[in-house]
Amino acid sequence: MNTSTKLEYSEKVVDHFTNPRNMGSIENASGVGTVGNAKCGDIMRVYLDIDDGGFIRDVKFKTFGCGAAIATSSMATELVKGKHIKDALAMTNKSVMDALDGLPQVKIHCSLLAEEAMHAALWDYAQKKGITIEGLKKPKSDIHEDEHDHDHVAEEEED
Amino acid sequence: MNIKRTYGTNMPKTIYLDNAATTAVKREVFDAMAPYFTEQYGNPSSIHEFGARCGVACDEARAKVAKVIGANPQEIYFTSGGTESDNWAIKSTAYAKKEKGRHIITTRIEHHAVMETCEFLKRDGFDVTFLDVDDQGLVDPAKLEAAIRPDTILISVIYANNEIGTVQPIAEIGRIARARGVLFHTDAVQAFGHVPIDVDAENIDLLSASGHKIHGPKGIGFLYMRKGVKLPPLMHGGHHERGRRAGTLNVPGIVGLGKAAEIAGAEMAANAERVTALRDRLIKGMLSEIPHSRLNGHPTKRLPGNANLSFRFVEGESLLMMVDEKGVSASTGSACASGSLDPSHVLLAIGLPHEIAHGSLRFSLSEDNTEEEIDYAVEAVREVVERLRSMSPLYEDAVKAGGA
Ligand SMILES: Cc1ncc(COP(=O)(O)O)c(C=O)c1O
Repeated sequence: MNTSTKLEYSEKVVDHFTNPRNMGSIENASGVGTVGNAKCGDIMRVYLDIDDGGFIRDVKFKTFGCGAAIATSSMATELVKGKHIKDALAMTNKSVMDALDGLPQVKIHCSLLAEEAMHAALWDYAQKKGITIEGLKKPKSDIHEDEHDHDHVAEEEED
Repeated sequence: MNIKRTYGTNMPKTIYLDNAATTAVKREVFDAMAPYFTEQYGNPSSIHEFGARCGVACDEARAKVAKVIGANPQEIYFTSGGTESDNWAIKSTAYAKKEKGRHIITTRIEHHAVMETCEFLKRDGFDVTFLDVDDQGLVDPAKLEAAIRPDTILISVIYANNEIGTVQPIAEIGRIARARGVLFHTDAVQAFGHVPIDVDAENIDLLSASGHKIHGPKGIGFLYMRKGVKLPPLMHGGHHERGRRAGTLNVPGIVGLGKAAEIAGAEMAANAERVTALRDRLIKGMLSEIPHSRLNGHPTKRLPGNANLSFRFVEGESLLMMVDEKGVSASTGSACASGSLDPSHVLLAIGLPHEIAHGSLRFSLSEDNTEEEIDYAVEAVREVVERLRSMSPLYEDAVKAGGA
């Protein structure tokens, strides 16, 4: 329990929020995935550049969202950079959260979004290549579809 | 979870633009309060000189507070703040008048202290009408009048909104309420001491206010209750406050509130002029420096210190955190900042789409701010919005579509 709202973020979250890694976009990316929706207040887009051996040569992201949304996108890209797509697929919201030393309860959905964005980019890559990546499911979210499932806890601060 | 934080330690001097959240206690206010902690610590209820002196101090404060709103000191009841006053006014009216009727009229842009109280009463069998407001946040008095029914027992309208600053046509609403014989409560927490209020001229029966929005202390406020309006207590207990509000008086708080009210009343016109000029400088600066920005609320019928703006393609909490890094303290109506699913109910009530409501910031000024601070804040927000837009997939799409 932290009375101050601001202090709920770990140092790592703040670091990744203030100095996001891999922010930007990739021209002619091997795969691009966008998840979330503006109505809920967060959208993530992940760009992957994948070599012939299935290794992620480069990864970039763009995110519209809160501090945690930016930090989770940044961390997710760090976790997969240089890795094989199989390892990228194994990256879960929990691995993103752990790498960030945790997230406030109300921000856990941001880490789910980061996982979904990565999967969506991998899916796009698989579609473009005409391959199947074992264990990868079609992403459900799209920025123009309905609201994604949030894991919010009703807790409001007001002045 | 590691929650230790270091950021903020190397921050430049803070530019505090969150005076609607709370204000600094003025030096004079603090000095007036100080003796009542360690020297004059008597209980006004005690029958000895020591207690009586504190009672006198409370009554002086009562008179000072009453003067600011044109009330009689006997009509002022000290409470723990705006939230308690709102709860008291609304719940006690509801329970005292439930035989007459169970209908309450309020608006869609109330503070949570009123909104949640009304929601609570709804669950308890009361019928609540939440009036819509227009796109600048104004209540339409004609619509309010049309909503009155034979079983309407209370009208509660926020005097000036805490998020968008819109000041309501309170005198007109008061006239209607009086003519129709319905009690009229207003949450004046943001208005008290900032804009002129006259409870008689405006036909206000019940008014809530708080100390900490006028450079007074936190945890102290009052409910104005018109003579003849006899609401039962919300706090039951001893015979404090003429049997209406139990609990040993918060003497230092009351003295502080009195002093703050006295200063706010005396300096209101001068402060309003100065703060309005700063506010308009900020609004003009932001709107001209930052593309795709808009002002929320009414352009002129607004609190002197309130500027609420939306910046498209960016999200409020990240905006807030990044301007905080630059030493600027503001507030946001974004959902992400509150931990709820939806952005501010006030921004939605004035018709902002979710995505634009998410990207809003509130700057609330005080007379202590300077032009240099405002100019710094404009530049800080401009830089941060630009940076966040460079990170925003929404902005990228808008640029590609030729819309940005
Ligand atoms: C309009 C309004 N009503 C009520 C309150 C609650 O007042 P307090 O903090 O004194 O309980 C506030 C601010 O906090 C407010 O802005």
